[in-house]
Amino acid sequence: MTLPGIPPCPEIEGVGRELKKTILSLYGRSLHLREVDTGSCGACESEIVALSNPIYDIQRFGIDFVASPRHADALVVTGVLSRNMALALKKTYDAMPGPKFVITVGDCTMDGGVFGASYYRARQGIQDIVGGVVLHIPGCPPSPEQVLSALLGFLKTRPPKER
Amino acid sequence: MKIFSGVIEELRAQGVGILGVLEPHPEEAVIRIKTEDFHRACLFMHKRLSSAVMAMFAADERKAKNAFEIYCVFLSREFQKWCILTADIPQDRPVFPSLARDIHSASSFEREIQEMFGLDPQGHPDKRRLHLHEEVWPSGLFPLRKDFISPGHVVPDAGAYCFNRVLGEGIFEVPVGPVHAGIIGPGHFRFSAAGEPIVNLEIRLGFTHRGIEKIFEHKTLDEAVRMAECVAGDTAFGHSWAFCQSIEKTSALKIPAKAQYQRAICLELERLYNHFAGIGGIALDVGFSFAAQFASVLKEKVLRLNQRLTGSRYLKGVNRVGGVRRGFSRQDIQALLCEVLSVSEDHKELKQMLLTSVSFMDRVDETGVLWQKTARDLGVVGLAARASGVAMDLRKVFPDVYAGSDFRLITQERGDVLSRLRVRMEEVEESARLIIYFADRLADLAGPVASNFPLAAAGCALGAVEAWRGPVLYWVKVADGQVDRCKVVDPSFHNWPGLAFAVLGNIIPDFPVCNKSFDLSYAGNDL
Repeated sequence: MTLPGIPPCPEIEGVGRELKKTILSLYGRSLHLREVDTGSCGACESEIVALSNPIYDIQRFGIDFVASPRHADALVVTGVLSRNMALALKKTYDAMPGPKFVITVGDCTMDGGVFGASYYRARQGIQDIVGGVVLHIPGCPPSPEQVLSALLGFLKTRPPKER
Repeated sequence: MKIFSGVIEELRAQGVGILGVLEPHPEEAVIRIKTEDFHRACLFMHKRLSSAVMAMFAADERKAKNAFEIYCVFLSREFQKWCILTADIPQDRPVFPSLARDIHSASSFEREIQEMFGLDPQGHPDKRRLHLHEEVWPSGLFPLRKDFISPGHVVPDAGAYCFNRVLGEGIFEVPVGPVHAGIIGPGHFRFSAAGEPIVNLEIRLGFTHRGIEKIFEHKTLDEAVRMAECVAGDTAFGHSWAFCQSIEKTSALKIPAKAQYQRAICLELERLYNHFAGIGGIALDVGFSFAAQFASVLKEKVLRLNQRLTGSRYLKGVNRVGGVRRGFSRQDIQALLCEVLSVSEDHKELKQMLLTSVSFMDRVDETGVLWQKTARDLGVVGLAARASGVAMDLRKVFPDVYAGSDFRLITQERGDVLSRLRVRMEEVEESARLIIYFADRLADLAGPVASNFPLAAAGCALGAVEAWRGPVLYWVKVADGQVDRCKVVDPSFHNWPGLAFAVLGNIIPDFPVCNKSFDLSYAGNDL
């Protein structure tokens, strides 16, 4: 049995190869991410899940999504940060070993997006709870290609001392 | 169509005080009831129409008439009609008798009305909050009242949420969430197990509550369509269509045929990509990873087709009040036909792969059974209901653009994971057929894809669309060209209680596959 025909996508391959090289030179091994939904509509999750399908297959570029914050190097946060999720976000972040950093994905992580005026947005922003966000990936939702390119662009600017 | 007025006469004969009957659209009857008779009228309609409560909500009309309004929506398949009962609740006595003990499907709606409006459902067996968690939100602050002002800092004073507890020797509790191991929405699941089998599951949701119904207020219609697309990301199109439909009914807009076909195509494309995601998810949750990856490629193919046709992988920005934003070209339709035929061929292979795998079938057959009686009693809707033998699909009740397509309603009888899987597989085949049917019609059509829409008429109406998960309902009241009140019902809100029953007697390791087979939205439930 074989997988159904997949259209080749040279851009992804190019970005991916460079990403792999960058991650290897920065961290020596791979980059493990943990995702937390703090009040998203689910579209960002769908695109982040798509990164692991056989078309993007992000694992081959040295990035993996892990099931526990204890295994993670970085936290990927989506959603508007509902009041109900503020504590869970803090606990997740605190459970991660250092050094660590936080990436936000999707327009509503920045200023609430279409939910900006909500009475139920936590008064503290995501950046206040996790002590700073180093990369924001805009979009509603950003496509898998956009997430990959944004990650590459960001990692290329990281100083190698983090290794 | 049968005459609905007979039912209204029967209601009157029960001694129910009817203050007025409106039939603003052929599909909708609004019956205004005396406050003290509302409870009795709802019980009567529930039995007479054999309908669950499809929606129940309030509106703050204190400014106009010193009262809140309460609405209860039933669906009559026999009469092909939405039956909406409404009554006033005077502001000096903000209570109403609860229906929950007699009609389970009213239960969550009443809890919602209580926390959002401060109207007390008297006699309700469970008055805990749903969305505004006790740990973070104080008592006495009711967001959907018109005089509510969004607070900055609040001091929660409502104590902690109290889980139901199962006591006895050998019983242990397994709390899971709100943050889960996978990349999914947040929710808390509290299992009580005796040995391996689950004896109780309590699901606490609301973690992604964003105050959507409040944000809708005072939005222009264009802004509101955009909002509707962000209620549940995997049903962006179903939600935006239901919203538009409500406005179009209020303003008595006629939608060009071309727009209707394009909308139907998009709705079926949304069904396709989500069904592929769901079929793959079921395979993944029993460890059949090749089939799961196979399905994820099919999902990706449909998402790319969506992008090609509409510029959005999730069909956002497609709908507008009066029609759609952009017409499909001949090349678009060609690409659509080509890709749909290709994924339906691939799907045959996927289906064969799953249904002939003994180890796979062993995991899904007779797992997570939702009995038909339970499904009916709880008011479960959509694909989960059809898998339990409840033959309900809005595409059948209100055919509209589906008339003439020979739409086949798909059901299964046994209500297990396999039945829900089979419904989805057959619906993939039916959706592919429908898309080809609509595309053929579309190819010969000329003309606009949206009707002119100068200003929204004031009034209210119910918009309803059978999206992939089940019926999506929007009741929208428009005033001064803006949204005054918008009630959103995602099918997930009806179906989460169904999951809590389906897992009973199953082992906790089978919970993921049971959960995936229902495939419910956190965001759509939490609003």
